[in-house]
Amino acid sequence: MRRALVAAVGVLALVGSAAAAEPPSAADLEAELVCPVCETTLDQSNAPIAERMKAVIRERVAAGDSEQEIKDALVAEFGPGVLATPPRRGFGLLAWVVPLVAALGAAVVVGVLVRRWVRAREPGADENARELDPELERLVDDELARFDA
Amino acid sequence: MPGRLRLVAQGVALGLVALLFLLLAWSLVRDEGGNLAAAANRGERPQAPDFTLERLDRTGTLTLSSLEGKAVVLNVWASWCIPCKEEAPFLEQVWRRNRARGVVVVGLDAKDFREDARRFARRYGLTFPLVYDGPGKTLDDYGVTGFPETFVLDREGRVVDAFAGAVNSKEDRARLRAAIERALAT
Repeated sequence: MRRALVAAVGVLALVGSAAAAEPPSAADLEAELVCPVCETTLDQSNAPIAERMKAVIRERVAAGDSEQEIKDALVAEFGPGVLATPPRRGFGLLAWVVPLVAALGAAVVVGVLVRRWVRAREPGADENARELDPELERLVDDELARFDA
Repeated sequence: MPGRLRLVAQGVALGLVALLFLLLAWSLVRDEGGNLAAAANRGERPQAPDFTLERLDRTGTLTLSSLEGKAVVLNVWASWCIPCKEEAPFLEQVWRRNRARGVVVVGLDAKDFREDARRFARRYGLTFPLVYDGPGKTLDDYGVTGFPETFVLDREGRVVDAFAGAVNSKEDRARLRAAIERALAT
């Protein structure tokens, strides 16, 4: 059993390292980079600069550059705006963190409001509101008796 | 919701609305680039936005305001722009013929690969100063919407005339020469 587990972990590690060593796909990169002229992803653009960028990507993939190296080279030419999604570091990290924090904050606010609303509707939450004045209760009973008759 | 909390929430909401209005106003003010060419074409002389950009023809940077005292022909181009290829020899000619008179042609290459731009400059024998703005940040300030565009600035850095598209026709070339004379006369 133990041997089988070790073998499985070994196989998974091998598969993982093989995936990491796999060359980046030009098609994937074209979907992750933006044409600086038409501001759509490269795979959606046939602007001259987009075609040139695609050619550079293909050259670099063929030369064995990693995905990060290719992206860094294009950012060095066209700035961070060339990335379809902001980088998960530095100022770009804000674009990832702020929506998450906002969603969590909204969830907390909704949770608190729902809890308050449920508590307010629970039986016995407001005893004073449920108790009737004895005189008023007598009047209601009288009216009901009259109605029944 | 307690009264104080509600007040804070209302304050935050009002603050957000005010912030949105400020952003809108800022974007409208920033959008004056488009008006730059329109104002120049109306005969006004709006101040050209200053910039400091990396040089393509040699190391270092070039600051537009450092050219004060000279008339500047600022040409926005890119190596992938076909009309720019037709226009390049004319701009080189303008530079060579007017350089001694205090005219500087500045080529602003934008949204381009540096190496492609340098190859273009070699191919067309460009010898005037070339600056590089890969992300094209300067284009917004000038209201550039296409390639090429040319601005003629007087000795005080004000826009005398602006050309959207290549200066290739006889009429446009005569207009550019006339703008240079007006810029030099400042």
